[in-house]
Amino acid sequence: MRLTSLIAGACMAALGGGALAEEGKVKVGMITTLSGGGAGLGIDVRDGFVLAAKMAGNDDLEIVIEDDQRKPDIAVKLADKMIQSEKVDVLTGIIFSNLAMAVIPAATAQGKFYLSPNAGPSALAGKGCHPNYFNVAWQNDNLHEAAGAYANDAGFANSFILAPNYPAGQDALTGYKRIYEGELAGEMFTQLGQTDYAAEIAQIRASGADSVFFFLPGGMGISFLKQYADSGVNLPVVGPAFSFDQGILQAVGEAAMGVKNTSQWNKDLDNPANKVFVDAFQAEYGRLPSLYASQGYDTANLLLSAMAKADISDAEAFRAALKEADFASTRGDFAFASNNHPIQDIYVREVIKEGDVYTNKIIGVALEDHSDAYVADCKM
Amino acid sequence: MTPVLFIEQVLNGLQSGVMLFLMAAGLTLVFGVMGLINLAHGSLYMVGAFTAAAVAGATGSFALALMAALAAAAAAGAIVELVVIRRLYDRDHLDQVLATFALILIFSEGTRYIFGSFPLFLDIPDYLSGPVTLPGGIQYPLYRLTIIGIGLTIAAGLFWLISYTRLGIRIRAGEADREMIAALGVDISKLYTIVFALGAALAGLAGALVGAIQSVQVGMGEPVLILAFVVIVIGGIGSIKGALVGAVLVGLTDTLGGLFLPALFALFMDNSAAQTTGSALASMLIYILMAVVLVWRPQGLYGARPA
Repeated sequence: MRLTSLIAGACMAALGGGALAEEGKVKVGMITTLSGGGAGLGIDVRDGFVLAAKMAGNDDLEIVIEDDQRKPDIAVKLADKMIQSEKVDVLTGIIFSNLAMAVIPAATAQGKFYLSPNAGPSALAGKGCHPNYFNVAWQNDNLHEAAGAYANDAGFANSFILAPNYPAGQDALTGYKRIYEGELAGEMFTQLGQTDYAAEIAQIRASGADSVFFFLPGGMGISFLKQYADSGVNLPVVGPAFSFDQGILQAVGEAAMGVKNTSQWNKDLDNPANKVFVDAFQAEYGRLPSLYASQGYDTANLLLSAMAKADISDAEAFRAALKEADFASTRGDFAFASNNHPIQDIYVREVIKEGDVYTNKIIGVALEDHSDAYVADCKM
Repeated sequence: MTPVLFIEQVLNGLQSGVMLFLMAAGLTLVFGVMGLINLAHGSLYMVGAFTAAAVAGATGSFALALMAALAAAAAAGAIVELVVIRRLYDRDHLDQVLATFALILIFSEGTRYIFGSFPLFLDIPDYLSGPVTLPGGIQYPLYRLTIIGIGLTIAAGLFWLISYTRLGIRIRAGEADREMIAALGVDISKLYTIVFALGAALAGLAGALVGAIQSVQVGMGEPVLILAFVVIVIGGIGSIKGALVGAVLVGLTDTLGGLFLPALFALFMDNSAAQTTGSALASMLIYILMAVVLVWRPQGLYGARPA
């Protein structure tokens, strides 16, 4: 397998004293979730990233991939190994915010670059921002803020909102409430990894709400949507793209049809880079790309664009080259704000069925050229 | 708080309790009869759900999917017993935990190898979907009512099996004195395989039933397994009756705690803080219940008194 041979090659290089980076070469350490719950996300990020690297055909880019098993302690160990024995220049790949918080501050403090293809915890966007940390996906609050904006446009006046009780879940409700102008019929924290939402749905039914906003990534969202559809509560639902992603929509099935969700990317975005990406991804892997795959792909292209402009040994120049974000993003316009987080449009999508496959189509723009709420707190 | 909401939540608690019972029954039988801690019980739950999803996808029949789930989980249980578990009866509990934990990893990665990393689709059949209106104007999903019915039927069946059949007598005898019933000429290893397969089949059925309203994904069994252990500790190890009472207690505590505690805290806190504290405390409630039961009755509600 190519992956293992890459890793083996890397080990041999380390043994052979090849610690000194060759001129122009960039070694990337990807730590991502490839097993356990949430593996689908890491696999998509990896596949998107590897696809972009392959399409560029740049021999100077070397990738080492490891599985963090969604465990912070393992992610930290892998990061130490990659920095100390693999001598990587750039780290990337982490999906979950709690793992990101465990790895990123330490890595950037050691002078490494970190390009985040997914997690964007608020702590790293505001006071904890760092010149070597770039987020290519979104700040965690962004898609929820967009959902709030959509709720205003749709005339929702009394939302019931729920999210799991952990930092990203609290960010989600904060993000929604930041933009949403109506009343709240109820606000509820569920348990992380909860699979039965009968109790919550009963409360939604009793609350007199006119709409429901939820952030329940992965399997939690599948369970909620199936049970919600079966409960006979017919209020409109809005949520961020994470519960309506290409990887899990097929498992939700009919229950997701017509639901509005917010995303910075969709496969029908009309720009040349996106068309190339969607076609190439399908040809390479035989499935439709998800937003995670687009984020991995954009991350690799950002890195490649910086490699074309500057040498990694000149950290100052390389940082400036990254900051320019001079690459063709699958999202169309893309720029970094002063805290190295994206400024981008966020869209409203609707779940539709194409043939036998459930997917999304864009029906409007929720927020244009949106940055995040923490930019002002970032002093660097 | 309206009475309708309260009754709906009681039904929800009952339904989750009944599903927990299907898991806990197998676990408690295996522990009671063979003295084995089987961490891989959750994997059999997953096997049931994946088999049901695959069969439902191929044939479109939910009933067929349920039967396939039962059969596949029982077969997986029997094979695991014959190949691995059999070697563990004489070992201490640490070895058993280690070996059955390894089984979890093998089952999880094996399932991922076969079915991939993305969740599978399994849905409620049309004839069971949608809500029904109960007396008093309570709207409740028909499927959940069906689950309660199936669970209670199985509980009754298990009582009958344990109390009135020859197999049940042997199981009870095996719990009381393993060496003696072997000396009396009962093929104890065959009995063990049967008990293990029976427990596995119940777990598989629970997985398939729950898979239709939740997500069928790798690792789905482990959270349920933890609750099932709580249930058998509360109910008393080895007791089917204890498993049923414990499961319903845990289900009701969990559901009603999540309803009442945030409301209680909201009396003297602002809503957001009350939600956070209430939910956090509600998720601890079943463990508090377990601790209280253990202090009061260390052998569990229906456990045999320690010798």
